Amino acid sequence: MTEIFWLIPFIPAASTLILAVFGKKLPKKYVSFQACFAVFASFVISAISAVGLLQTAHGNYPLVKNLFSWIQAGSFQVNLSLMFDPLSAVMALVVSGVGFIIHVYSVGYMADDEGYTRYFTYLNLFTFSMLILVMASNLVLMFVGWEGVGLCSYLLIGFWFEKHSAANAGKKAFIVNRIGDTGFLLGILFIFIHIGSAEFTAINEAISGGAISVGLATLIAILLFVGATGKSAQIPLYVWLPDAMEGPTPVSALIHAATMVTAGVYMVCRMNLLYTLSETAAQVVALVGAITAVYAATMALTQNDIKRVLAYSTISQIGYMFIGCGVGAYAAGMFHLYTHAFFKSLLFLAAGSIMHALSGEINMKKMGGLRKYLPLTYPTFLIGAIAIAGVPFFSGFFSKDAILTRAFAQGQYSAFYYFIWGLGIMGAVLTALYMFRLVFLTFHGEERLDPEVKKHIHESPKVMTIPLVILAFFSVGAGYIGLPVVLGKKLNFFGKFLEPVIKEVKEVHLSIQTEWMLIAIATFVAFLGIFIAYVFYIRSPLIPRNLATRFPTIYKLMFNKYYVDEIYNAVFVKPTIKWSKIIYDNFDLKVIDGAVNGTATATGFAGKILSYFQSGLIKDYGLIFLLGVIIFLAYLLF
Amino acid sequence: MIPTNYFLILSVVLFVLGAIAFFVKRDLVTQFMSIEIMLNAANLAFITLARSANSADGQIIVFFIITVAAAEAAIGLAIILLIFRQKKTIKSEDIKLMKG
Repeated sequence: MTEIFWLIPFIPAASTLILAVFGKKLPKKYVSFQACFAVFASFVISAISAVGLLQTAHGNYPLVKNLFSWIQAGSFQVNLSLMFDPLSAVMALVVSGVGFIIHVYSVGYMADDEGYTRYFTYLNLFTFSMLILVMASNLVLMFVGWEGVGLCSYLLIGFWFEKHSAANAGKKAFIVNRIGDTGFLLGILFIFIHIGSAEFTAINEAISGGAISVGLATLIAILLFVGATGKSAQIPLYVWLPDAMEGPTPVSALIHAATMVTAGVYMVCRMNLLYTLSETAAQVVALVGAITAVYAATMALTQNDIKRVLAYSTISQIGYMFIGCGVGAYAAGMFHLYTHAFFKSLLFLAAGSIMHALSGEINMKKMGGLRKYLPLTYPTFLIGAIAIAGVPFFSGFFSKDAILTRAFAQGQYSAFYYFIWGLGIMGAVLTALYMFRLVFLTFHGEERLDPEVKKHIHESPKVMTIPLVILAFFSVGAGYIGLPVVLGKKLNFFGKFLEPVIKEVKEVHLSIQTEWMLIAIATFVAFLGIFIAYVFYIRSPLIPRNLATRFPTIYKLMFNKYYVDEIYNAVFVKPTIKWSKIIYDNFDLKVIDGAVNGTATATGFAGKILSYFQSGLIKDYGLIFLLGVIIFLAYLLF
Repeated sequence: MIPTNYFLILSVVLFVLGAIAFFVKRDLVTQFMSIEIMLNAANLAFITLARSANSADGQIIVFFIITVAAAEAAIGLAIILLIFRQKKTIKSEDIKLMKG
C-alpha cells in the first residue's frame, strides 16, 4: 500500500484546481466539503504509508517515486520525484493531520466571509506546496515547495487586502523571505557545483564518503541556514512573523505556527549529515536558536495583542527546535516540532475562538474574566498553555526536555553548550511566564470588556470547538510516543522511528541522576514561570506596573520590540527606497523611457512616410503591383 | 497544326489587353472583367505549354485557376454590388476607404 504515497500532495492540488476554476459556481457547502476532504484523504494516505514504513525492514527506504524528469541539461538533471521516509512521514502526518483539523475549524471561522472559496483555494494550495516541500527527494523540488508555501503565506496574510496593514504585512513577509531564500538558493548551487546532484540520497552519500571538506560544508550549511532563518522566523529575519498575524487566525495557526514556519527545522534535519560534519555551522544554528528563544520570549512578555504574543511565542519555540538541531538532537528537534504543531495551533485556534466571541477584539487589556463565558475555549486554551509551558505529563514537557537534556549532555565536549542550555532554561521560565500572563489577563481577573462587546459574547459553534477539543487531546497525549530516555530507550518510539534518517554520530551518555536532575530543573522552571505570572497578574497586579515605571528603558525597549523594525527601516528599507528613487529618476525615466519613446517616435515617423503611398485607390495599387512584377521579371531575365 | 508560339502570342496579347483595360477603365465591373481576361490569358499559356511538354501538370493548375476564378467572381461581384448599394457608385476613383 505504500506505493501510493506519491498521491499525498496531489489530492489537495486537484482540489485547488477545481476550486480555482469552478469555485465561484460551486455552493459553499460543497466547497467546504471538498477542501476538507482533500486534506483528509492526504492524511489517510499518509497514515497508511507511515504504517507501511513501520512494517518495512530498515534499509529499504527511502521510498522514492520518480514521476518524470523535470530539467535535463547536460550533466545537470533534476527529477520531479517524491520521497517517503520516516522524516517525511512525520511531516506529512503533521501537515495533513493538523491541516485537516484547521480546515474544519475554518469552515466555522470563515463562514460569513466574502472570500470563502478563495480562502479554501489558498488553503488547499498551501497544503499541496507544503507536502511537496516535505516529500521532495531533491533540494530543487524542495525549493519549489519552499517558494510555494511562501506564496501562499503572502496570499493568506494579505487575505483581507483591502486593509492597508494586511497588504503591507503580506509584502513584508514576502520580501523578508526572499532575503533568506537567496541564501538557500546559493547553498543549493554550491551543492550542485561540488556534488553534481541535488538528490538527498546522493548528497548524503557524498557527505559520508568524504567528498566535501569541512570548510565547504560550513559554507553550504550556513547558506542553507540563512534560508531557514527567513522561513522559520529566526534572528535576524524574524520581523515578518508578528506582522503576519494580520491574516485570518486559522491561517496563523496552520501556516505561521504549525507547519510552514517549521520548514527550516525540517530542512536542517533533512541535511543533518551536513550539520554534523560542520561543527561550526551546528554551533551557529544552536546559538541563533537559543538567542532567538530568549529574545522573542522577552518581547512576548510586553505585548497586549493576543495573536502577537502567540507569534513571538512561535518564534521562541522554533528557536528551541533549532537548539535541538544545533546540539545534534535532530530527533528531539523534530519531536518538538511535532508537539508544538498541536499545542500552538490549539492556542491559535482558541485565540480565534476568543476573537470570534468578542467581535474581533484582540487587545488583552479589553478582556479578562472570560472563563465563565467561554466554557470550552477556556479549558482547551489552558491545556495548550500548560503544554507549551513545559509542565510534566503534557507533550511540550517531553520534547523540550529532550532538547535541553541533549544540550546539557553536549556540555561534556564544550562549555559553549552549557551556555546554550542556560539560555534554554531562561527561555523556559519566560515561556511559562508570558503564556500564563496571557491566560490570566484573558480568562481571569476583572472584566475589562467593552459593554457593546459584552452584549454579543457567545461561545463558538461546534465546528470550531470540536477541533479545539481534538487538538487539546493531542496536546496532552502527543508527547507519550517520545518519553525521556531515562525511562528506557525503548519508550522513545519517536526517536527510534526517525533513526534511519537521522544518523546520530556522537552518542552522549548522562548518568541517571543527572537526567533526573535535569527533569527536576525543567519542571521547576515551568512552575516558577507560572508562579511569577500568578503573582504578577492575579495576586498583586501592581508589581508589573511598578516594574515598568522603575525600569522605563527596559520596558520601553521590550514593548517596542527592541526597535528592530525601526532599525531595519532606517538601515535597509529607507536607503533602498532612496537609491531606487535615484535610479528611477535617472536611469528609468531618462534612459529606458527615452529608448522606448524614441522607438515609438521613429516608428510613427516611418509610418507617416509609408502611408503616403497608400492612396486607397485600386489603380495605384495595381500600378505598384505591375511595376513589382516588371522588376521581378527583369531580375529573372537579365 | 498551329504552332505553339501562336497560342503564346495570343496569350500575351490577351494579358496586355486585360492590363490596359484595368488601368484605363473606370468602373469596377469592367476592371473586374479585365482581371478575368488576364487570368484566362495565363490559363491559355499554361495549357499551351502543358500540351507542348506533354505533361498534365499545367492542365491541373488550370483547373485550379478556373475554380478559384469562379469563387472570386462570385465574391467580387457581391462586394461590388454591396459597394454600389452603400455608395451609389461603382467608379473606382470615388472609392478610397483605405487611404492611409
